[in-house]
Amino acid sequence: MIIKLENVNYVYNPNTPFEQKALDNINLTINEKDFIGLIGHTGSGKSTLVQHLNGLIKPTSGRVIVDGIDTKAANGDLLKVRQKVGLVFQYPEHQLFEETVYKDIAFGPSNLGLSEDEIYNRVKTAMELVGLDFEKLKDRSPFELSGGQKRRVAIAGVLAMEPKVLVLDEPTAGLDPRGRDEILGRIKKLYEEKNITIILVSHSMEDIAKLVNRIVVMHRGKIVMDGETKEVFKQAEKLEQIGLGIPQITSFMRTFKEKGNPVDDTVVTVEEAKKELIRFLRSKKNA
Amino acid sequence: MLRDITIGQYFPADTIIHRLDPRAKILITTMFIVSLFFIKTFLPYLFILAFILLIIKLSKVPFRYVLKGLKPLMLIILITFVINIFMTKGEVLFSIGPLDITKEGIRQAVFMALRLIFLITGTSLLTLTTSPISLTDGIEKLMSPLRRFKVPVHELAMMMTIALRFIPTLLEETDKIMKAQTARGADFESGNIIKRAKNLVPLLVPLFINAFRRADELAIAMEARCYRGGYKRTRLNELQFTKKDVLALILTTIFFGFIILTRYL
Repeated sequence: MIIKLENVNYVYNPNTPFEQKALDNINLTINEKDFIGLIGHTGSGKSTLVQHLNGLIKPTSGRVIVDGIDTKAANGDLLKVRQKVGLVFQYPEHQLFEETVYKDIAFGPSNLGLSEDEIYNRVKTAMELVGLDFEKLKDRSPFELSGGQKRRVAIAGVLAMEPKVLVLDEPTAGLDPRGRDEILGRIKKLYEEKNITIILVSHSMEDIAKLVNRIVVMHRGKIVMDGETKEVFKQAEKLEQIGLGIPQITSFMRTFKEKGNPVDDTVVTVEEAKKELIRFLRSKKNA
Repeated sequence: MLRDITIGQYFPADTIIHRLDPRAKILITTMFIVSLFFIKTFLPYLFILAFILLIIKLSKVPFRYVLKGLKPLMLIILITFVINIFMTKGEVLFSIGPLDITKEGIRQAVFMALRLIFLITGTSLLTLTTSPISLTDGIEKLMSPLRRFKVPVHELAMMMTIALRFIPTLLEETDKIMKAQTARGADFESGNIIKRAKNLVPLLVPLFINAFRRADELAIAMEARCYRGGYKRTRLNELQFTKKDVLALILTTIFFGFIILTRYL
């Protein structure tokens, strides 16, 4: 299962005064078991790119190939593409509509034409995956849940389609710290246990650093960087130039090194930094 | 998907027509509509056509934008045309079954169709060259004498402004929810009417909930800034009726006066 984008261009409102180029010659390959962090400024084209991955938007020119299916040519196959690539939008709780949590999560699988038993199993599994109590919540109205719970219901609605690639657009926006940690923890567990490919769109460099193994940076509709997490965060100047940053802990380690302390300044998480600093302090004591 | 729909259809540009005071433009359009109904013969239509073409040229609105405004009303124009052609009595040219086509019928049909076309293009030129906000400002100012009769002019204008302001927001929201549900395998495009209507539930429920939520938030935000209706409010951009607005009004009054006079010549 590979997603491939070849010379993809996308223009909003072509031939009007509101014309706007959102994607500019994008070439990108998403491999199986990638955990990609997609970062970029508001309006850099992240959301447009993400919507190309399951055929919601078709490229103005170029090709998007999902597991061998060209989204531009496929009409009947688009449902297959959407089953394979699950897309969780920003504030997904705004799309809840059913009377009960169960029915809302079952919406996706029933559109796939699955049997009642299969749908039941999938809803149950999906709710467990996002940490919702199936028996307690399945008959509640989704509108009376808390913000974090609503969001998890919405994510479960996508997971119930059992996608091979899961795309999450700012899954933690507007949540309190506990809700955020809960969601991120679930995403991490999903990746480790379910062996699916995940693409995470986020503005938080800390979240990205903690989770992903590859970073794609977008700027004005172009991909300007694409590489391993550490490799990308090494280029702090370039990231700052386009208005992004590096994790605070990386920034701290860089400054600490500049002050004449020989530490590894490529660490990206607090956990790593702790180990590195302990190593550094011990080596100093021994000297 | 929905981005292609332009409601309010304002075409932004910086031309004499765009800069004209909205009140002047509303008055001119009103005169235009009234004079259209006074026209009895084909000759004055030539002047009207010339007038419309001149405005299009001056406002730099692409011609196809003006034509686009005609599209949704094409059916009404067509029905008017057909009814007029068959229902007018007079000198019979030829008959199809029980229906007679008369010379007067053809004339009347063409005449009415042209009237409708001019009516639509003329009025859509107003909305094409005036932003919705300045349009409501203009309407508010023009209606302000009605305040004497306890008509809540400001409140009505405010409601219009808010409604217009939220059209793009709601369109965007519809687009977003549609996409989110499509991503979950929803289908909005196929099936018969009943099935299609049923399929709209996953779109309409969240849309209404979000619209109410937004209305609540906006009401609180306005309250927090001490908004209290219309009495003696000042505004950031006062409308200015300048010499060129007066001049435009005088010239068009003469022009439309002349058009109306042709009926009695």
